[in-house]
Amino acid sequence: MYEIRLHSRGGQGGVTAAKLMALASFRDGKYATAAPFYGAERRGAPIVSFIRIDDKPIKIYSQIHNPDLVVVLDPSILDLVNVFEGLKPDGKVLINAPGVPKQAEKYDVQHVDLTGIALKLNLVVAGSPILNTPVIGALAKMGLFSRESAAAAIQETFSDERNLDAALMAYEELV
Amino acid sequence: MSGTSASEYICKCTSACAGCSSSLILRHVLKAAGPDTVLVVPACCTSVLQGVWPNTSFNIPVYNVAFAAAAAVASGMAAAFETLGKNTNVIAYAGDGGTVDIGIQALSGALERETNFLYICYDNEAYGNTGMQRSGSTPLGARTTTTPGGKTHVKKDLDRIIAAHHLPYMATACSAYPQDLVKKVKKALSIKGPKFMHILAPCPPGWRYDASQTIEVGKMAVKTGIWAMYEREYDTLTLSGPTKAAMIKPAPLEDYLKMQGRFSGMSEEKVRMVQGEVERNLRLLKAEAEGTC
Amino acid sequence: MLTLSTGNNAVAAAVRQANPAVVAAYPITPQTEIVEQIANYVTNGSLKSKYIPVESEHSAMAACIGASITGVRTFTATSSHGLLYMHEMVNWAAGARLPIVMANVNRALGPGWNVWAEHTDALQARDTGWLQVYVSTVQEAYDATLMAFRIAEDRRVYLPVMVNLDGFTLSHISQQLDESPVSDFIPPMILDHAISTDAPMGYGCMTSSADYFRIRYDIERSMRDSVQVIRETEDAFASKFGRKYSWTEDYRCDDAQVLILSMGTLGKEAEVAVDILRSEGIKAGSMRVRWIRPFPEPDLRDRELVVIDRNYSFGFGGILASSIRAKTGKECYNVIAGLGGQEVTFNDIAGFVRERRIGEESWFGVDA
Ligand SMILES: Cc1ncc(C[n+]2csc(CCOP(=O)(O)OP(=O)(O)O)c2C)c(N)n1
Ligand code: SF4
Ligand SMILES: [Mg+2]
Repeated sequence: MYEIRLHSRGGQGGVTAAKLMALASFRDGKYATAAPFYGAERRGAPIVSFIRIDDKPIKIYSQIHNPDLVVVLDPSILDLVNVFEGLKPDGKVLINAPGVPKQAEKYDVQHVDLTGIALKLNLVVAGSPILNTPVIGALAKMGLFSRESAAAAIQETFSDERNLDAALMAYEELV
Repeated sequence: MSGTSASEYICKCTSACAGCSSSLILRHVLKAAGPDTVLVVPACCTSVLQGVWPNTSFNIPVYNVAFAAAAAVASGMAAAFETLGKNTNVIAYAGDGGTVDIGIQALSGALERETNFLYICYDNEAYGNTGMQRSGSTPLGARTTTTPGGKTHVKKDLDRIIAAHHLPYMATACSAYPQDLVKKVKKALSIKGPKFMHILAPCPPGWRYDASQTIEVGKMAVKTGIWAMYEREYDTLTLSGPTKAAMIKPAPLEDYLKMQGRFSGMSEEKVRMVQGEVERNLRLLKAEAEGTC
Repeated sequence: MLTLSTGNNAVAAAVRQANPAVVAAYPITPQTEIVEQIANYVTNGSLKSKYIPVESEHSAMAACIGASITGVRTFTATSSHGLLYMHEMVNWAAGARLPIVMANVNRALGPGWNVWAEHTDALQARDTGWLQVYVSTVQEAYDATLMAFRIAEDRRVYLPVMVNLDGFTLSHISQQLDESPVSDFIPPMILDHAISTDAPMGYGCMTSSADYFRIRYDIERSMRDSVQVIRETEDAFASKFGRKYSWTEDYRCDDAQVLILSMGTLGKEAEVAVDILRSEGIKAGSMRVRWIRPFPEPDLRDRELVVIDRNYSFGFGGILASSIRAKTGKECYNVIAGLGGQEVTFNDIAGFVRERRIGEESWFGVDA
């Protein structure tokens, strides 16, 4: 089983990103679950989602304490929450940022400027750049699921073509 | 601001959304009421914005209670304070859902029994706590998560229902006019018996406008006349200044509807129906204020 | 067609398949998504039901009662305080022998306000005459909702059915869903005692003690008959859709020496615990109790029992443990866990088994 913890802020599309990750894995022929963890917290506060991918049906509903991969949609969360807590020794990190933030340097980290991609494509809703589709492209590049399944998941969910474009850009740009 | 107390009874750490007028209203209400006040709060956004125990963002006592129960709980509390010889203000602070829908039975009972309390309904015209479903107070044409095509029923006329209880004091107000609001709260609390206030509380995420526009939206509601402000002492109606002005020269209703995403795509027929309702309401209020009805 | 769905949306999708004439419902966290999705279906025309956006849960159930007695299919959904607020009409629906289906998204009870999973809400309604089933996956939420209509509307039952799913843990998780079309799986509803001007009758009139008593006995007889109807329905479902359900979901029980009994999603987590315990040499098995009313006669034999209750009857004990004790005369180790959404992991559950003290009760994490 591969376990992913996704950190975002309320309203950034973290919950949708988690669903897209499950859907893409699922289109790869895997089993997957996506569980948002809601706290009774202020809006815009950091939230986490848990994604599990496996070859067998998934029976676990509790939180992920030792993720294989940590995904951070909003680097400002690094100052508020220890997003690396419990990360497996060989675990990986994906951060939405133009460079590697200092706090992440000692981990096996990859980064991509998802915000920049969304802004470039004018993929903006109510003033906020859309991050949930580009991040799927970056994760496909990391090998979490195939590029085709990532595209399928996005096209099944959104009709706006720019979502797929954003994912493909992130696929190319991931470093 | 002149005429308001410098004391604060809500801290800046609430978990309300940016631009939330309901929490702004409550801030003014509590400043007007002072520290000898107990708040009774049914399930609504106000239950959430206090924070999670053991923290609270309020520094007066707040009694949180079940959704339908605020007015009845306040009845019991008011009666008990009386037997204890205390003059503590009992203020029920409830949303529109907790007032016009599930809570109206308890409210009507408490008013009829002449409970010595102030009941405030802050009206964000939907169920904010659960993510913006329609309420009986949602206006015709507004999109909510349970009226994705726009509401097909008109807003319940809460104030005339309340007026039928012949209260010593009732008033309507709006978050965008805080001085007026504070004056009305003070007046209400100076009177013994059942008092009621209905306060329009524009809500950025629910009404779909930018948080920075929250005062403008409230002002426009009053200027167009879709929200009328007045006081009623038994059978005597007094119109508040901004509403008098709106009666003379109302702003176009479209200007108000256009500001908010919830009205996007509303049919012209529905706009005309709302316009008709606004005109009818203002006509009735004017006639009543002038004693010609 | 395989899709990705939350537990809530699976319930709504099943309701769309069942196509009730009337849905009356009121929002409450964590059930709200069901109501919103049904409102969407009705607005986009994919569901032809009349949707009544009532002003409270008491009215939601009352409206379902008024609709159901005319002989049409009805549905509602609620949770926690909503179920408590409608309690009077919940009793009424069963007493009036109306095959209403309700989804209840299990949530804790205030005060203080807490929106997370707990089973006490539905279990407080266990004596009302409703059938109650508890599900553990998104697919099962869909399947059980479909079957609920067929079971409730069976002439041998004519009792309402409540489908329970864990708040957030299941209502908000996304898993795969096979949205099998029902076609003729649910026959058209025929209510023999439907109200009609063709045959004027009084309903719910003043009733003598003797008649009242007989009516109550009738409810119990139908409850007992429902055992057969549930079995038939689940078998028919399995042969049509290939997914098999039963009174309990048993995992590695055959040769087990210690059984974990639980309800809802904890029952799935318990299967993971079983595998861990087996690797340590403890012959464990998991029995997830699905139906609470009617209550199964579980095959427990001489095995040791660890019963997890995500609920409590104050002054008495965990409700599942008490029921098992009463039905079988067997003692157990009763762990009260997960109230108000407390996290309970497979490791915790394995711990309950390792530390079992048969005959005792323990409150996980608070009575240490
Ligand atoms: C009996 C019952 N039904 C439903 C709920 C769920 N619920 C909590 S608050 C709320 C809506 C409140 O709306 P409103 O009174 O307008 O206040 P707002 O949230 O908008 O501030 C609902 C439906 C509940 N807590 N209790
Ligand atoms: S939803 Fe509206 S009323 Fe509720 S806290 Fe946010 S802005 Fe205020
Ligand atoms: Mg409201």
